[in-house]
Amino acid sequence: MHHEAPLVNILGLTFNLSNVLMITVASAIVFLIAVLSTRKLSMQPTGMQNFMEWVMDFVKGIIKSNMDWKDGGRFHILGITIIMYIFVSNMLGLPFSIAYKDELWWKSPTADPVITLTLAVMVVGLSHYYGVKLKGTKAYLKGFFQPLPFLFPLKLVEEFANTLTLGLRLYGNIYAGEVLLGLLAGGLATGVFGNIAAVIPTLAWQGFSVFIGTIQAFIFTMLTMVYLSHKVSSDH
Amino acid sequence: MLDGLVLGSAVKNFVETFHAGDVLFQLVMFIILMALLKKYAWGPLMGVMKKREEYIANEIKAAEESRVEAKKLLEEQQNLLKEARIQAQKMVENAKKQGEVQREEIVSLARAEAEHLKETAKIEIEQQKEKAIAAIREQVATLSVMIASKVIEKELSVEDQEKLINEYIQEAGEER
Repeated sequence: MHHEAPLVNILGLTFNLSNVLMITVASAIVFLIAVLSTRKLSMQPTGMQNFMEWVMDFVKGIIKSNMDWKDGGRFHILGITIIMYIFVSNMLGLPFSIAYKDELWWKSPTADPVITLTLAVMVVGLSHYYGVKLKGTKAYLKGFFQPLPFLFPLKLVEEFANTLTLGLRLYGNIYAGEVLLGLLAGGLATGVFGNIAAVIPTLAWQGFSVFIGTIQAFIFTMLTMVYLSHKVSSDH
Repeated sequence: MLDGLVLGSAVKNFVETFHAGDVLFQLVMFIILMALLKKYAWGPLMGVMKKREEYIANEIKAAEESRVEAKKLLEEQQNLLKEARIQAQKMVENAKKQGEVQREEIVSLARAEAEHLKETAKIEIEQQKEKAIAAIREQVATLSVMIASKVIEKELSVEDQEKLINEYIQEAGEER
């Protein structure tokens, strides 16, 4: 069940080529969907434009539930990109996975902790950056000693805990889903009866994974906005 | 013990699968993706949505304005109508009053005229009567003279006769 990763070393950096491939594929799909659906923009939206506008309004709702639109408007594009990218990434590993010469090539990019933690660190880093930029260094630092000064260590831990949980939650959900799908497809489906027995749970689990992937994309976006609003909004 | 083992193996697994290249690649790809999407998809879409928002807001404002204007016009028209109605009523009343006055005038005029006519007629009748009486008196005088002269010819002179008759007539006139 365990596959090796296709590794390659360039300029002292190790690249997992399967991750590189899947990140590229996910990005390309997101880009294609977005661009194709906004090719013919009109005042009376039809078809895909409607869908994209719904996604935009959805993310706008998420942001608005966390902070003022005056502060949060700048995160709109970040939010839409995150939700689309993670959703597509989560879906990529569902229909199949491809292993070539015992190396796993096709999977969800989000089924790798490195990828999800990268996204999480990026989000938390952005929250610090905007915290300093919008509130000023003094107010930003003061935020670590509020509401009570002795909570400072906890606040410090919180930042790392936030990052870890944000990344690992997504990774765990998607990775677990793929492991179970792999078990159902590879482990159980041996012989005729095994195949027949595996069909129904596989179908069920795939359906459930679609649900989980959607929810996780939403949660990641939601938490992104929560962390950003903690640093950005002054009324918290 | 077991927990420590599981955690340790997870950390080891993570360290083994941690590849700095992936981190870099993911970050760069995400930033590129976001920039491209902003330029080619979200930007234009947001522009259209904003434009539509403004358009709708403008339409609503315009509708509101025209509604207010329509209300104002309606009120104005109603006022005008009311005024016109009042004026018409006034005119009818005036005409009625004037007619009344005229009628009164005409009637009184006619009455006066009639009175006048009656008066003149009375006066004329009186005059005619006087005239007729005078004429009759004269004729009676001459006739009686003629009769008397025929009856008692020569016994009396014409002057005495006339005097006598005049006396009689006088008496007769007083008795009447």
